[in-house]
Amino acid sequence: MIRTPLRPLARILKARERGEDPGAIAAENLRLRHEAIADKSRARAEGRLLVLGAFFAVAFLTIGLRMGTIANSAPEEPRTAATGNPIIGQRADIVDRNGRILATNLETHSLYAQPQHMIDPLRAASELKAIFPELDEERLIKDFTGKRKFVWIRRQLSPEQMQQVHDIGSPALLFGPREMRLYPNGPIASHILGGASYGREDVASAEVIGVAGIERNFDSLLRDPANEGKPLQLSLDLSVQAATEEVLDGGMKLLNAKGAASVLMDIHTGEIIAMASLPDFDPNNRPQVLLTGDQSDSPLFNRAVQGVYELGSTFKIFAVAQAMELGLLNPDTMIDTKGPLTWGRFRIRDSHYLPPSMSATDIIVESSNVGTGRIAMQIGGERQRAFLTSLGLAEATPVELSEAPSGAPLLPKNWSEISTMTISFGHGISDSPLHLAAAYSSLLNGGTRVLPTLLKSDTVQQGARVVRPEVSARARSMLRQVVTRGTASMGDVEGYRVGGKTGTADKPKENGGGYYDDKVIATFASVFPADDPKYVLIVTLDEPSENSGDKPRRTAGWTAVPVAAEMIRRVAPLLGLRPQIEVSDVASVTLTSN
Amino acid sequence: MTEMVYGAPRVVAGDPVLPRWWRTIDKWSMCCILALFGIGLLLGLASSPPLAAKNGLSPFYYVTRQGFFGGMALIAMFGVSMMTPVMVRRLAVIGFACAFVALALLPIFGTDFGKGAVRWYSFGFASVQPSEFLKPGFVVVAAWLMAAGLSVGGPPGRMYSFILTIVIVAFLALQPDFGQACLVLFSWGVMYFVAGAPMTLLIALGGVVGGVGVFSYNMSEHFARRIDGFLSPDVDPRTQLGYATNAIREGGFFGVGVGEGQVKWSLPDAHTDFIIAVAAEEYGLICVMAIITLYGVIVVRSLMRLMKERDPFVRLAGTGLACAFGVQAMINMGVAVRLLPAKGMTLPFVSYGGSSLIAGGIAVGMLLALTRSRPQGEIGDILMRRVGR
Repeated sequence: MIRTPLRPLARILKARERGEDPGAIAAENLRLRHEAIADKSRARAEGRLLVLGAFFAVAFLTIGLRMGTIANSAPEEPRTAATGNPIIGQRADIVDRNGRILATNLETHSLYAQPQHMIDPLRAASELKAIFPELDEERLIKDFTGKRKFVWIRRQLSPEQMQQVHDIGSPALLFGPREMRLYPNGPIASHILGGASYGREDVASAEVIGVAGIERNFDSLLRDPANEGKPLQLSLDLSVQAATEEVLDGGMKLLNAKGAASVLMDIHTGEIIAMASLPDFDPNNRPQVLLTGDQSDSPLFNRAVQGVYELGSTFKIFAVAQAMELGLLNPDTMIDTKGPLTWGRFRIRDSHYLPPSMSATDIIVESSNVGTGRIAMQIGGERQRAFLTSLGLAEATPVELSEAPSGAPLLPKNWSEISTMTISFGHGISDSPLHLAAAYSSLLNGGTRVLPTLLKSDTVQQGARVVRPEVSARARSMLRQVVTRGTASMGDVEGYRVGGKTGTADKPKENGGGYYDDKVIATFASVFPADDPKYVLIVTLDEPSENSGDKPRRTAGWTAVPVAAEMIRRVAPLLGLRPQIEVSDVASVTLTSN
Repeated sequence: MTEMVYGAPRVVAGDPVLPRWWRTIDKWSMCCILALFGIGLLLGLASSPPLAAKNGLSPFYYVTRQGFFGGMALIAMFGVSMMTPVMVRRLAVIGFACAFVALALLPIFGTDFGKGAVRWYSFGFASVQPSEFLKPGFVVVAAWLMAAGLSVGGPPGRMYSFILTIVIVAFLALQPDFGQACLVLFSWGVMYFVAGAPMTLLIALGGVVGGVGVFSYNMSEHFARRIDGFLSPDVDPRTQLGYATNAIREGGFFGVGVGEGQVKWSLPDAHTDFIIAVAAEEYGLICVMAIITLYGVIVVRSLMRLMKERDPFVRLAGTGLACAFGVQAMINMGVAVRLLPAKGMTLPFVSYGGSSLIAGGIAVGMLLALTRSRPQGEIGDILMRRVGR
């Protein structure tokens, strides 16, 4: 680098010689150099300033364009949930097997308040109280005058209520659209449908989620947008369900029972056509869950699915059928029925006098505990347990209800010989009426296992074989004879050839230690028509007593059987079954043709 | 006779102050500034009543104050714009020294008004934000240092100005006031650029700024939340940005009408950081475009005038002032349209705020003073030779 000297030495020396002031020359030189630097830097700065100017011009232009774009775009409604997944209010309908609506949605409005916009909180609170008497006015005033910015007042409004709130004229009372779940049939099929309530909710919409029954079990399916609102079709028949509930309710009241359940099942497909549990409730307005005491006392309790009871003599047919399947006996084999049957300190007796020896058929017809106990001893505990398991009586039913897993059977811890004997007549094992319906269907439909389902299906279930078809036919014949000449004589319905087995089980005491002698579970498990089986019907009454005679009568033959018979009488035509009337005098008519 | 005997009377340097000022001032820029001030008052009428209502004051309390401070700002602007560059420099150095001391003492005597950053001195009737006054002073001092560095045998001015910048940025970041810190850094960068920064250094500087940004993002939650808000693809309509965007949409081209706007009720900073949204909603795109044009004219015109400037100090100081002014406006509006991450920065001369108005008046006054027409040796240029003054 060539350094420029600070002062032009040559000129200064000359000036000194001439006697001139060298300082002026130095200053002149410095000034010229500064000029040169300034010129050079200005030339460079000119370009750079131009760049800066262009940068600002472009930046301001960009902002202007962006402003224009935004101003030109359509305004959006502010949404509370712009980010995150939006709440989907749509929920599919639930329909019965014929497409009649069981559950649907209704557009309604919620009511909320923004207290900071409240002009006259006291008046608003008092007027709201006048419209909705259940509101707490003190609470409203506190909310409206406090620091809260948002208060829910009601989740649902009727159109009339909405108009009344509108007429209050307060700008702080606002309505949010939302859908509510409506069960147009009220309490019919309430335990199956369950109910729904609100999940996540905001002002614009609310999520309807199922809380029980089918609604809960199929919650994600019903809410799945990919489903496009396709209704969920159940196997229920609304008119059959309504008739069943009506008859069951009447029977329960006539027979002073505290509860009742019934299951009507298609014997081949396992479809549940009707299933009722009483007392019931209105799913539009679900009662509160019991916080204390026994949940089975709540109307929410589904006795047909969750209620596991010792179902008594209805189990005898399983022992006899298994013995026939194993070749141990045929319907005419004579069995020793001399009682009591003693095992250790236990004595098994029959409830009424029976001859000391009876055929296998008569053991079913007359319901002999001693006889079935002896048969069970021949079968043995292991094989009995395997057979009952194959009928689905040892595990919870797979039915599509969220409550189903809670209806697990109660089995003896130690499947001893005495257990084997008592289980053969339905004591020491607890199952739900739905279990019994599925087991009867499996046994009587020709001998293949069916699983209970609430979804409509047109195909016959091809389940595992339980018994041979001829055993199934013999079992049906025995059950038919129970009705024609046995304990269920009140169960005959003309034209429908009902077969079935009664069961009257003493209720165990809640705190253990034996059984009540005045409280029973009366069950009638029936199949109709017995020669060409189509349906299985289970009717169970909790603590019935028929008081028309001298003494209260509690046996199933006097309680559950007439209720079931009336039910079949009402329901069979609805199911499209033709009554088979035996025309005795056709022989006198000579059919001729010319 | 007198003249013949004693010679001509000495001509006082320069003619009367006012006519010369009127002749040499950049009248276009001045008109734009006055127009901006008028728009600021107009928008104050629109945007501040909600704040006044919230604080229990009469509806136009803030407008009156804005008018008062605006008047003072205009007086300051006119006064400063009549100064010569040397006087501007002296004023700026004194002002810078005072503001710097005030800034340094903020942590002891300052108040944060519950906003999470100690930036103000509270004097009952008004509050003062020293960093606003610091900015123009800093720009002029830094320009002086850099210009001195250019002269033969001068001090290493660039290095000194850089150290000064870092010290001030550190003080501002401690408050924390990253917006002002960035602005100071940017002004210095612009001046350094115009003073002839090597290209490689400029690129390196860009890298450093990016690094500091990443560091702040990781270390300061306050900062990180704003960046996140910008980077998220969907604007949540309940945030300030969402309200601002909606307000611009609502306004469309001609606005919803005077006093009809809604956004001012929802935005806590409607009268300062988001005043452009209020303008867009009530007066429409037309008003916004007018505001943008005014800022653009002031900045670009000032820079064009400075291109002819021969004096390095005047050129650098003017550039710094003009760019700081323009960039502040740019950031404020860029945030409202979501081109830039949310950063609390006022719109100079339009937003409400006593400190920023008066400091803005002084800054613009300095800019006007520096961009006045002066003999720049044009004849010498034409004749391709330099003639000494």
